[in-house]
Amino acid sequence: MSAPSLTKTPAGTSRRTAPPRPAGRPSRSERFSRGLRRNLTAHGFLIGAVLCFAVFSWYPMIREFFLAFQKTEAGGTHWVGLDNLRTVVNDPAFWQAWRNTLLFTLLALLIGFAVPFLVAIVINEFRHGQGYLRLLVYLPVMLPPVASVLLFKYLYDPGYGLLNEILRFLHLPEQQWLQDPDLAMPSVVIAATWMNMGGATLIYLAALQGIPGELYEAAELDGAGLLRKIWHVTIPQTRLILSLMLLMQIIATMQVFIEPFLLTGGAGPEGSTTTVVYLIYQYAFNFNNYGAAAALGLLLLVLLAGFSAAYARLSRARDE
Amino acid sequence: MSTRTLVSPAQLARPRGKAVYRTVFGLVVTGFTLVFLGPLYWMISSGFKDSQEVVRTPPTWVPQSFAPDNYSRAWEVMDLSTLLFNTLYYAFGALAFQLVLDVAAAYALSKLRPVLGKAILGMMLATLMIPATVLVVPQYLTVLDVPVVQRNLLDTPWAIWLPSVTNAFTVFLLKRFFDSIPQEILDAAAMDGASPVRILWSIVLPVSRPILGVVSIFAVVGIWKDFLWPMLTLPDPSKQTLNVGIYSLSNGVPVNVLIAALTIASLPTLLLFLVFQRNIMSGLTAGGLKG
Repeated sequence: MSAPSLTKTPAGTSRRTAPPRPAGRPSRSERFSRGLRRNLTAHGFLIGAVLCFAVFSWYPMIREFFLAFQKTEAGGTHWVGLDNLRTVVNDPAFWQAWRNTLLFTLLALLIGFAVPFLVAIVINEFRHGQGYLRLLVYLPVMLPPVASVLLFKYLYDPGYGLLNEILRFLHLPEQQWLQDPDLAMPSVVIAATWMNMGGATLIYLAALQGIPGELYEAAELDGAGLLRKIWHVTIPQTRLILSLMLLMQIIATMQVFIEPFLLTGGAGPEGSTTTVVYLIYQYAFNFNNYGAAAALGLLLLVLLAGFSAAYARLSRARDE
Repeated sequence: MSTRTLVSPAQLARPRGKAVYRTVFGLVVTGFTLVFLGPLYWMISSGFKDSQEVVRTPPTWVPQSFAPDNYSRAWEVMDLSTLLFNTLYYAFGALAFQLVLDVAAAYALSKLRPVLGKAILGMMLATLMIPATVLVVPQYLTVLDVPVVQRNLLDTPWAIWLPSVTNAFTVFLLKRFFDSIPQEILDAAAMDGASPVRILWSIVLPVSRPILGVVSIFAVVGIWKDFLWPMLTLPDPSKQTLNVGIYSLSNGVPVNVLIAALTIASLPTLLLFLVFQRNIMSGLTAGGLKG
């Protein structure tokens, strides 16, 4: 084996152990030019993606920070310090939007986090029909979201909707669903859960199938019942994936937009479904106030940064 | 299933265990069918109701009228063929861009390892930390006036295709897979005189088929399901996607025509899903979580 010197550069592909160099060892300038060529090739492969990232990700990221502290008027763009932030915080919709967003996140976690896990635990016990049940939970994930949301709008209709018909059938009081300020947000959560729970369920199922069966046997020998087995085996064994999903759902649900936007037109009755991202959307695209939109976006970013960082650390731990 | 799960087989074998199992199984299967297929049944059947029946209180469980021309009207009035074509055009264009540019980038980062490669990967992954909805506003302003080239990409497919390349998760998945290909094979090919392009094409890509499948599904489904971004960047009705087009016309058409349109819009993905369900669902869990 002769020296594959083209993998040896000052930049260092440290993975390989250097083979003993034979007599015809390449000169320094030769090595340099090979390294240069390899680097040029590599950057040639990278350039397309890097340009896209530069224009459509990195530049907007920087711009977000600038926008938040600037104002663009007819006369041009100038710095306004914390003015945008002040505008945003003094908006009467500000606190309501945060309250609604937190309510949505809380409800979505109660329903959207717990339900898929329980569902996965139950499905995992079945000896047949698993394929069918997986197919069913994942079906809504594949639908175009506008179709699902508008379908739910039809189902929620107080008069001709299916849901009230079911309530009438069960002799329960009818509801106003999306028109009721107290019920509008829970209705949005139910629709969102129906649309999105398939992904989480399948991920939990995969995690459950990785639990070694001996652990359950050992727990049984110790006299553990069903609930204690779940508590002492299932949950600890899937803890990492559960925490990852929890963080991911917090990050995703805090950014809820499309469901309230389509179901209630965004604000909903008495502003009961105004969310933070809807407010950002309004600032930017209804009022052309990009500064305020960026300032509110920055607040959301800061709030979610902690969750994102925790997520990145955990998933690195999982890879190792 | 050969592996052992929560409930012990001995417990299940007992008569009481069997009865409980059957009851729970029956309940879950019925419940799931109602919850997940019920709304779809309601959608398809309501699409056949005439304009009075579809808004009747109380609603009818089984259509009493039969108006299949709702579907043809929906197809024409909402110009679904254009919307469908647009969506496919954007989705597969984005797929092509991602496959070419992101695969090349991941290959370079994984196997060619240039100077600053780690920093570039780090900067790509950093974009995952920024909430996507926060970036929408500056991204939109960028599309209005792309720096350096001074172009407005509004109402052009580029507004969908180019930003779709900036999917750090895709780059990460690809790189992680490429990392697992033994360097020795690639070195051997290089010694035989194969160029990096040749190595990528003849060695790396063929063994990477599973991950390419996963990434492709993510790319197409991502564009197919996206709403806010195409709504902002493609305001021209003749250029819109299925999602946005149906939304913007949803208030102008009768309810039964709208519902028929929803059914038509759902069919392609439903069919695709039923055909490729195994790949899609295993891709989801294999690709795992973000990050």
